[in-house]
Amino acid sequence: MSDDLPRTTQRINEADVRKVATLARLALTDDELATATAELGAMLEHFADIDALELDGVEPMMQPTPLSNVMRDDIVGETLDRDEVLGQAPLAEDDRFRVPPIIGIEQ
Amino acid sequence: MSITYVNDDAYHPSNDAHERWSQGEWEMVVGLEVHVELATQTKLFSASPNRFGDEPNTNIDPVTLGLPGALPVLNRQAVELAIRLGLALNCTVQKSTFARKNYFYPDMPKAYQISQYDEPINIDGWLDLPDGFRVGIERGHLEEDTGKSSHVGGTGGRIHGSDYSLIDFNRAGVPLVEIVSRPDIRHPEQAKAYVTELRGILVAVGASDAKMEEGSMRVDANVSVRKPGEDFNTRCEIKNVNSVRSLGRAIEYEAQRQIALHEAGEPVVQQTRHWDENDGRTHTLRSKEDADDYRYFLEPDLVVVDPGNDWIDRVRAALPVLPAERRAILADASGQAANAEAIMVVVERGQDEYVMEAAKLGGDAGVALKHVKEAPELAGQVPAASLATLSTMESSGAITASQAKTIVAAMIDSGTTDPEAIAADLGFEAMDTSELESMVDQAIADQPDAWEKFCAGEGKAMGALVGAVMKASKGQADGKAVTALLNAKKP
Amino acid sequence: MSAFDIASKVRNGETTAADVVDAHLARIAERDDEINAFNLVLNDAARVRAAEIDEIIAAGDDPGPLAGVPVALKDNLCTRGIPTTCSSKILADWAPPYDATVVTRLSDAGAIAIGKTNLDEFAMGSSTENSAFGTTRNPLDTTRVPGGSSGGSAAAVAAGFAPLSLGSDTGGSIRQPAALCGVVGVKPTYGAVSRLGLIAFGSSLDQIGPFAHDVSDAALALEAISGHDPSDSTSIQQGPLDLTAALDRGVDGLRIGRITDLPTGASPDVEERLEVAFDALRSAGAEIVDVVVPAFGYGLTAYYLIAPAEASSNLARFDGVRFGMRTTAPDTNSMYTATRTDGFGDEVKRRIMLGTYALSAGYYDAYYGRAQKVRRLISNDFKAAYAQVDVLLTPASPSVAFEVGAKASDPLSMYLCDTYTIPSNLTGDPGMSVPFGTGEHGLPVGVQILAPALKDDVMFQAGATLERHMQSERGVAS
Repeated sequence: MSDDLPRTTQRINEADVRKVATLARLALTDDELATATAELGAMLEHFADIDALELDGVEPMMQPTPLSNVMRDDIVGETLDRDEVLGQAPLAEDDRFRVPPIIGIEQ
Repeated sequence: MSITYVNDDAYHPSNDAHERWSQGEWEMVVGLEVHVELATQTKLFSASPNRFGDEPNTNIDPVTLGLPGALPVLNRQAVELAIRLGLALNCTVQKSTFARKNYFYPDMPKAYQISQYDEPINIDGWLDLPDGFRVGIERGHLEEDTGKSSHVGGTGGRIHGSDYSLIDFNRAGVPLVEIVSRPDIRHPEQAKAYVTELRGILVAVGASDAKMEEGSMRVDANVSVRKPGEDFNTRCEIKNVNSVRSLGRAIEYEAQRQIALHEAGEPVVQQTRHWDENDGRTHTLRSKEDADDYRYFLEPDLVVVDPGNDWIDRVRAALPVLPAERRAILADASGQAANAEAIMVVVERGQDEYVMEAAKLGGDAGVALKHVKEAPELAGQVPAASLATLSTMESSGAITASQAKTIVAAMIDSGTTDPEAIAADLGFEAMDTSELESMVDQAIADQPDAWEKFCAGEGKAMGALVGAVMKASKGQADGKAVTALLNAKKP
Repeated sequence: MSAFDIASKVRNGETTAADVVDAHLARIAERDDEINAFNLVLNDAARVRAAEIDEIIAAGDDPGPLAGVPVALKDNLCTRGIPTTCSSKILADWAPPYDATVVTRLSDAGAIAIGKTNLDEFAMGSSTENSAFGTTRNPLDTTRVPGGSSGGSAAAVAAGFAPLSLGSDTGGSIRQPAALCGVVGVKPTYGAVSRLGLIAFGSSLDQIGPFAHDVSDAALALEAISGHDPSDSTSIQQGPLDLTAALDRGVDGLRIGRITDLPTGASPDVEERLEVAFDALRSAGAEIVDVVVPAFGYGLTAYYLIAPAEASSNLARFDGVRFGMRTTAPDTNSMYTATRTDGFGDEVKRRIMLGTYALSAGYYDAYYGRAQKVRRLISNDFKAAYAQVDVLLTPASPSVAFEVGAKASDPLSMYLCDTYTIPSNLTGDPGMSVPFGTGEHGLPVGVQILAPALKDDVMFQAGATLERHMQSERGVAS
C-alpha cells in the first residue's frame, strides 16, 4: 500500500494550493499563493518523517474515546428564540436568513 | 414560463430511437437512491421538533443552526426506525459510524453534513417487486437533512435569475435514511413498482409517511444504457423527480437520450441532470467543473453505533406483516395471483385485513376482494360479517354478480347491513338450486339440437340454452350457475 | 488570595463577593492596558452576579464551592448574550444565544465570570500573537509572550486579575502558557470536561481546563466543571473527577517514568529543572523508572495533519450566512470567499489550507489517514510505558518565554513549542504543567506530569508533591 501513495516529501504545487483554497473558500493574491505554496511545502517536507514508519496493519485511531452507543431519547427539548437568533444574523428577512443569489455552486 | 438552462443539451427523442429501444437492442440499467424522512418526534442530532409546516425558523437550536460550540447527540428512535426499515428490506444491520461530508451550500448550516460513509447501518438487502422481480439493495444509511431555501425575484421561484434567497432551517437536521439500490432495474415500470413497494414497506413499519409530493420521500435515479450482456457504461444521475409517474417518464427519456449519444458515437458525460416536468426532458444546470471533493472523514463528535443482537432481534420480532406477505395471504385465500390488480389495490389501501376477516367468518375471499376493490367504502362502513354473508350468497349462485353489486351499494348508502334482508326487499329471491336445475333440464329437453351441438364441443350452442333458462327465470338465474350445470350434465 | 480562600471567606461571611470582585476589577483596570489579557472585562455583569452571591449568603444558603471566586474565561467559550470572538474578526460582534456547559457549571458553583480572555485566533498558536485584537504580554516580562493559545487566561492568573481562569488545550494550549507564565495549567482526560460551547478547533483533541496559582485551586476548578454531560457525545460516563482527596497522598511508592528517548530540543535550563523535579520526587519516596516511548517524536507531524484537518471542517461554518461577519458580494459563493478571506487571519488560513489538503481526494491516505495510524502507534507506546509506571515527567515547554516577534516569521519554529504537550492530546490522556522554579532570565519553568486516561487524580498527586517541594525550596531560599 505505501508504495503507491504520494509521499509527503512531494512538495505541494501552486495548482494544488489554488484548488485547496477554492475548496476552503479562501482567495489568495498571486503573492499569497506563492508564499502559501512555499510555507505548506516546507511543512509537508518536515512532516515527511512519518513516511519512514511501518504502518501496514495498524488500525487508525480516530478518537481517543472507547465509548459506543451514546444516544438520547426522542423527546422534544428547548428551541432557540427566533428573534434572538435572527438578531444575530448578518441579514434577515421574512423570518428567514437572507443570502445573495445562490449561483455557481451545486447542491 | 420558460426556464433557460445553461449549456442546454436537451435531447429530442426521435421515432427511430424509440423503435430501436423497444426492439430490445439496448437495455437500460437503473439504480435508485431514495431519501426518506424518518417519523421521529425530534431531529437526528438535537431535540428540536421534527415537524412539517411550522413557521420558519421556529424549530431551531444551536445544533440545527450549526452555531459555534454546538455538538450533535444521536436520536435513539432514528436508529430504531433505521433498523426496522433495514430488516424489512432484508438488510444486514451492522455496527456503523458517522462521517462528515464537507461542502458549502447556504441550507447546510455547518458546511458539512453528518452522514454515514465507510460503515452504514444497513447493507446487502433486497426488495421483491409484486411480480417477483428482485432488486438488490446495496446500503441504507442515516444522515441529516438540510434546510430549505426559497428564491426571490426570479421566474417561478427558481434560483436562476433570482435576486436573493431566504433560508428556513426548520428542516435542517431532520433524520433521513438514504436507501441505495443496486443497478438491477431494467424498465421504467420496475422503477415505479420499486418506489411504490418501498413506500408501502416504509409506511407499514412506521418508519416514514414517505410522500413524494411532500418531500418525505425523494427519489434520484442513476441511469445508463448498454447492449445486453456488455459492461456497464457511464451513467447520469437524475434529480428533481417529484412523483412516481415523473420517475417513469424521466428514466425513459434519459435512456433514449443516452442511446442516441452512443449511436452517434458521442460520449455520455457523467453528470447530474435535472428533470423538468414541464418540457419532459433532463438538463444539465451548469457545465461540470471539478466535482466537489467531499473530503469524508470520521465524525469526531459522535461515537460508534453498535445495536447488538438483542436490539436487532427485538425489532425483528416486532415487525408488522409487510405488504408482500399481505398480498400472499390474499392470494392464497382467493386463488388469484399476488400481483393481481385487485390484490395490489386492496393491500395498498390497507383493506386486506377487512377482506380476510370476512373470509374467516365464512365468506368467499375472492368475491369479497372484488367488491372491496370496486367499492372501497365498504371497509369503513359495513361489518365484515355482512360482507361475508353477501359473498357466499353470490358464490353459491343464490344471487347474481350484478345483484350483489346492487346490494353493496345499498348497504353503503343506506347504512343497513343485512344483505339477506336487502335481497328480499329488492325481490332478489334466492334461486333454489333444484328449481334452477329443473329449468336447465327443461331447456335441454326443449332444444335437443342445441344440446347435441353443445355436447359435441360447440361452445356457441350454449348460448341458446342459457338464454332459454334466463327467459324462464325472468332474468333471476345466475348465468354462471347455469353454465356450470350445463357443463356438469355433459355426458 | 487563592480561590479556595476566597470561597471559604465568602461562605463564612468574612468577606463579600462584591469586595472580591471590586478588588480584582481594580487590578485589571490598573494593569490590563499593559498586559492585554482581556478581550472584554465584564464590569457590570460581574458586579451583578456578586450581588446575587452575597444575597444567597445573606439568606443563609450556600452558593457553592467556588462562591464569589472571579474566573476569567477564554474567549472561545460561549457565554450567552456576551460577545465570544475567538479573537477573530469573523466573530468580532457575535454573542451566542447559549452558555457553554462549563460556564453554567462554574456559575452553579458560585463562581463569577469576570472577563473573556485573549487567545491565538481560533486557538491556533503558541504565543497569543495571532489574535486579531493584539498580543497579550507575559506579566512577568512584558517584552515576552505568555504562550498560547490560552495566553490571555494564563496571563490573567499570573497577573492576579483572577485566581482562576479556563483555557482550552488542543496541542498544549493550556500547559505551555501555564509554564511560560509560572502558573498551574491542566488538560484533563479527553471527555472529562464537556466540550459543549467550546468553539471547536480539533474535535478529537480539544479539552477545556483550568489555570490557577496552585494545584489545590486547579483541583477545585476541575471538580466543578468535570463529569458527564449528555449534550456531549464524547463525554465520560462518570461524574466529576475526584481530585482534592489525592492532593495529600504524596508519592511514596509511586512509579515516575523518565522517557529516555524523549525528543531533544529543550533548553539546558529547562532540562536542569526537570532533573531537580525527578530528584524531588525520588526524595519524597517515588521510584524513578526509565521507559521508552519510541513514537513520541512523531506526535508533532501527526498533530499537524490531524488538527488542521478537523479544523478545516470545524471552521467551514464561518460563512457569513447565519451569524458573525459578512462581506457583501453579488452571489453566495463569492460571499463565502470574500467573508472568509477578510475575516480569518494568516495562521488560520494556513491551517485551513493544510487541513483541507490532508483530507482531499488522493491525499487522504498519505496524510490524514497515515497520521491517524501514527496516532495509534503513539497511543500503543504510551500504554506500554504506563504498564511500567504511574506517571511520566517531561518538560512542558522546550524553553522559557520567548520575546514577542521572535518566532512570528517562522510558523514551523512556533509549532515546535508543542513538542512535549502534543502526544497527550493525541492519546486523550491528561497532562498538567506545574511551575517549578526559574530558568534563563529568571523566567518560570514548568514541569509536565502525564498520566493515563482517567488517572487525573494520580497526576494531581504528583503535582502536589512537586508544588510542596517548590514551597520548601522557596522557604530555604528566603
